[in-house]
Amino acid sequence: MTEFDAAAAAVQAALDAGARYADARVMHLRYESMSARNGAIEELTQDESLGLGVRALVGSGWGFHAVPELSDAAARAAGRRAAEVAAASARVAGPPITLTPAEPVVASWASDCAVDPLGVPLSDKGDLLVRATEAARGQGADLAQGLYQVWDTRKWFVSSEGHRIDQHIRECGGGISATSIGEHETQRRSWPSYRGQYGTTGWELVESLDLTEHAARIADESRALLTAPECPAGETDLILGDEQLALQIHESVGHAIELDRILGWEAAFAGTSWLDLARLGSLRYGSELMNVTIDPTIPGALGSFGFDDEGSPAVKRDAVREGRWVGVLAGRDSAAVAGLGYGGSVRADGWARLPMVRMTNVGLEPGPHTLDEIIAATDDGVLMDVNRSWSIDDRRLNFQFGCEIAWEVRNGRRGRMLRNPTYTGIGPLFWRSMDMLSSEIVPWGTPNCGKGQPGQIGHTGHPAAPARFRGVRVGVRA
Amino acid sequence: MTGLRETGATELDVAARVVELVHEVAGPTAEAEVTVVRHDLALTRFANSFIHQNVAESQVTVRLRVHVDGRTAAGGGSLVDPDGLRALVGRTLAAARLCPPDPAWPGLTPPSAVRSNGLLDEATAYAEPAARAERVRAFVDAVGGLEAAGYCRTSYRSGAFANSAGQAAQGRTTEAAMDGIARTAGADGVARLCAGRLDEVDGSVLGVRAAAKARAAADPVELPPGRYEVVLEPAAVADLLQNLAWYGFNGKRHVEGQSFARPGTAQFDPAVTLVDDPTYGGAMPFDLEGTPRAALTLVEAGTTRAVAHDRRSAAGAGTASTGHGAPGGATFGPIPRNLRMAGAGPATAGGGPGGGAAGPGSGGGPVAGAVADADTAALVAPMARGLLVSDFWYTRVLDPKSLVITGLTRNGVWLVEDGVPVRAVRNFRFTEAYPRALGPGAVLGLGRRPVRQPDRLDGGWWEGPPLRLASWNFTGGASG
Repeated sequence: MTEFDAAAAAVQAALDAGARYADARVMHLRYESMSARNGAIEELTQDESLGLGVRALVGSGWGFHAVPELSDAAARAAGRRAAEVAAASARVAGPPITLTPAEPVVASWASDCAVDPLGVPLSDKGDLLVRATEAARGQGADLAQGLYQVWDTRKWFVSSEGHRIDQHIRECGGGISATSIGEHETQRRSWPSYRGQYGTTGWELVESLDLTEHAARIADESRALLTAPECPAGETDLILGDEQLALQIHESVGHAIELDRILGWEAAFAGTSWLDLARLGSLRYGSELMNVTIDPTIPGALGSFGFDDEGSPAVKRDAVREGRWVGVLAGRDSAAVAGLGYGGSVRADGWARLPMVRMTNVGLEPGPHTLDEIIAATDDGVLMDVNRSWSIDDRRLNFQFGCEIAWEVRNGRRGRMLRNPTYTGIGPLFWRSMDMLSSEIVPWGTPNCGKGQPGQIGHTGHPAAPARFRGVRVGVRA
Repeated sequence: MTGLRETGATELDVAARVVELVHEVAGPTAEAEVTVVRHDLALTRFANSFIHQNVAESQVTVRLRVHVDGRTAAGGGSLVDPDGLRALVGRTLAAARLCPPDPAWPGLTPPSAVRSNGLLDEATAYAEPAARAERVRAFVDAVGGLEAAGYCRTSYRSGAFANSAGQAAQGRTTEAAMDGIARTAGADGVARLCAGRLDEVDGSVLGVRAAAKARAAADPVELPPGRYEVVLEPAAVADLLQNLAWYGFNGKRHVEGQSFARPGTAQFDPAVTLVDDPTYGGAMPFDLEGTPRAALTLVEAGTTRAVAHDRRSAAGAGTASTGHGAPGGATFGPIPRNLRMAGAGPATAGGGPGGGAAGPGSGGGPVAGAVADADTAALVAPMARGLLVSDFWYTRVLDPKSLVITGLTRNGVWLVEDGVPVRAVRNFRFTEAYPRALGPGAVLGLGRRPVRQPDRLDGGWWEGPPLRLASWNFTGGASG
C-alpha cells in the first residue's frame, strides 16, 4: 500500500461516513539536531515519524483525526473517525462553510538542496560545533553553545476534489552563542542569530555561516557588554539590523495579517488582529517605503514550498504595497468567509496536526539605502541588532523587543556599545515612522513560530534589511 | 506499517524489546534506556461561539538513548513494528559511534520502585467528541449572548520505561482542561481549569465566570504606567510560576550560573511555598530517564530549598536526580512543570484543581463581576489603591538571571480604590523582575486555595491562589 493509497483510503472513508469534503496527508518526518556546549557535544537527537492525518467537513463542522499507522484498515478508521468528530461539532454549529474554488492538482515538488544535510557525516557536523564553541569558550565566554537542526519532510496529499500531490522539503540551519555571566545579569551574543539562521535548503547554508570565524568576536562582545553602559531611556531615532527587523515583521505584520486571527478564530489563545477587513486595500499600515510580500516561492527561504497543506500552489502576493495594507494570509475556508478569492497559506507541522493559517515568507522588498548610508544620515540615535526578547499584545499592536547589542549613533557615526537595549511601540505608528530602508535584504528563517491548540511549531521566512525609525521609545527596564 | 495496537504488545514489551535489540547489536555492555508512550489527545476548539476546530490524535513515541564506548546519542520514532524498532536502534547506535566522547555521561537509573499516581480516569481517557462538545455547549450557553471562544481538552497517556540497568516502570494518566473567554465590545473575561477528570470540568460554571468578568471589564480607561500594588488572579499567577520554573528552578541553568536560585537563602516572602507535584495528575510517575517522580519542595516559607534536576544536571551539581528528565533536557534543562504555590488555607491532600462546593475554577465563593470569588475578594478588600489583574500574556525574558520579564495584561484589569474595583482599565505592558516581585516583604496576602491552570502542553499545570503584591512595574499603556 503506497502513501497515496493510504491517504485516498482515509478520504474515501470520510466521504462514506458522511463528509462532503475530505483531505488527508501522509507525512514522513525526519529530524536531527545536535547541540554543543563549551567544546563538547551536549545532545544529539534523531527522530523519525510516519503517520496520517485526515480532515473531514460534515455539514458546517470540521473534524480531524490522526493515526501513526498506514494500513488500509487504520486509514479507513481514521477517515471515519474524522467524520464522527466533525459531526460532533454540529452540537455547537456555526455558519455554513464553503471553500474557495480550487483546481485539482496532480503534482510533485521538491525544494532545492545542494548538500543533503542528513548525508553529511555526523562527525563533520559535530566537529563544526565543537570547534566553534571551543573558540568562543577559549575567548572568555562563560557559556559557549552551538546548535544545528535538520528537517527532512516528505508528504503525500489527497483531497476529495482530486488533488494528489507529493512534496519533499529539506530544511536546515544552525548558529552559535556566547554568554558571559555577571554577578546580577547575563549577556549573550549570537551568530548569526540566537539559535541560528535557517532555510529550505541544504547543508550549504550552515557552511556559509562561517560559525567558527565569528566565535571569538561574539565572545569578546558578550564579555564587553557586562560592563558597557546601559541603553539610555527616552525617545530617539532607532536603526534596526536586518535580523531584528525580521522578527519585527514576523510579530507585527505577519501575525497581524493572518486571516484566522482577523476573523476571531484565534481569539482565546493567539489573539485577534487590529486589522479590520473593511479597510483591506485602503488602510495605511506604514510609510511608503514599506512593501511587504507573502512569497512562498523564494528559493531557499524557510517559508517556501510548492503547495500548501490544502493543495494550493505557492503564489507570490502583496501584503503591504507602498505602505497600504492589501493582502492577507488565508486558507480556503477563511478566504471564503472573508469573500476573498485566494488561500494558499495553510500548513500543519506534522501528520498529527490540523492544517491552519500560517505565515510563509512574509518580508520586505528592498529599500533604496544601505546601512552605512542610514548611519551616516543619523545625528542622534541607537543601532540595535540581534533579537534577545520579544513580546506583543493579543491584537498585534503594542510590542516590546530586546536586542543583544546596541551602539550609540552620533553625528553619522557608530559610537560606543550599549547593553540591555529595548524598544517599544505601537505597530502601525512604528511602521509609519520608517524613513530609511536598506537594499541589503537577508531572508531570515524563524523555525519556532508557535500557534494553535494543540500547539504547532511553524517554519517561516522573513526577508528583511536594516531600516531607520524615527522617535521610538527605547531603554525600557524593570 | 503496523501500530502498537495491531501488534498486541504493551508499551513495556516494546521498551524491553528495544533494550534487547541494543544488546543484540552492540553487545551486553551497551547502556540503553527506552521510553514508550502512547498518547491520545483530543481538543475541541471554539470561537465566535461555535466549534471551528475539532481534533483527535493518537500517537506512539519511542525514545531511545544509548551510551556505547563512552559516547552518547538519542533517537526517537513512531514506528513500533519490528523493522521500525530495528531501524531506530541501528541509527541511534550509528550516531553514538560517530559522536565525540561524553565524559559527563551520568549513567543509568538503577532499579528503583515507581509508584503509580493512581489518577487514571477511564471516562476521560476514552471521552468521545460529544462529551467535549457538551461542555463547549454549556460554556457558550452560560455566557448569555456574549461571544465565546476557547477549548475543551482531554488526554490520556500510557507509557513504560526500561533500561539495561534493570529499571522498569509503567504508568497511565489522564487529564482534562477547559479554557474559555467571553467577549463584549473591547473586553474579555477568562476562566480556566485543569483537572484529572473530565467530569470535574463544568463548562457552565466556567462560562458564567468568564461572562461576569467580561461584562465588568467593559469600557476600560487608560491609566498612566508606573508602579501599582496588585492583586493577581490565578491565571496571572500561573505565568509567574511558569517563568520561575523554566528559568529559576531549572537545574541546568542553576549549574551554569544563569539562575537566581540560591538554595538555603530566604529569597522570597515567607508567604511563598512552592512545590512541584508531578504525583498529582497529568504527569507520568517516572521521567524520561526512569527516575521515579515525587513531590519536590522548591521554596519553603520563602527560603529556596531546591532546584529540579535530571541525571546530567544532578551530576554537574553533585546531587541526585529529582526525576525531571525530559526530551531536550540536555539542551533546555530540567523543568518542574507541575508547580503549586500553596494557598493560605489548609493544604488538601495532593492539592486539587480548585473545585469544591463553589464550583471548579472559582476559587470559592459567588460570582459577582470583577471580583469573581471570595478568595480574591478577601485580597482586594484591604487594598487602598491598586490594580486587580486577571491574566498575563506573551511574557518573555529580558535577562534570565535576574528574571526580568516583559509582558502584557490580558482578559481584564481593574482599578481598585478603598477595597472596591471602581472601573475597568485598559491593558498595560509591564517589565518586572519576578523574584523581586515575590521577595521578602513583597507579598501582602494570598488566597486560601490554589486553582489549577492548564499548561499549553497537556501533562503540565500551574497552580496558585490569587496573590496580593506590594508593587508591580507597569512600563507602558495601551497607547505605547
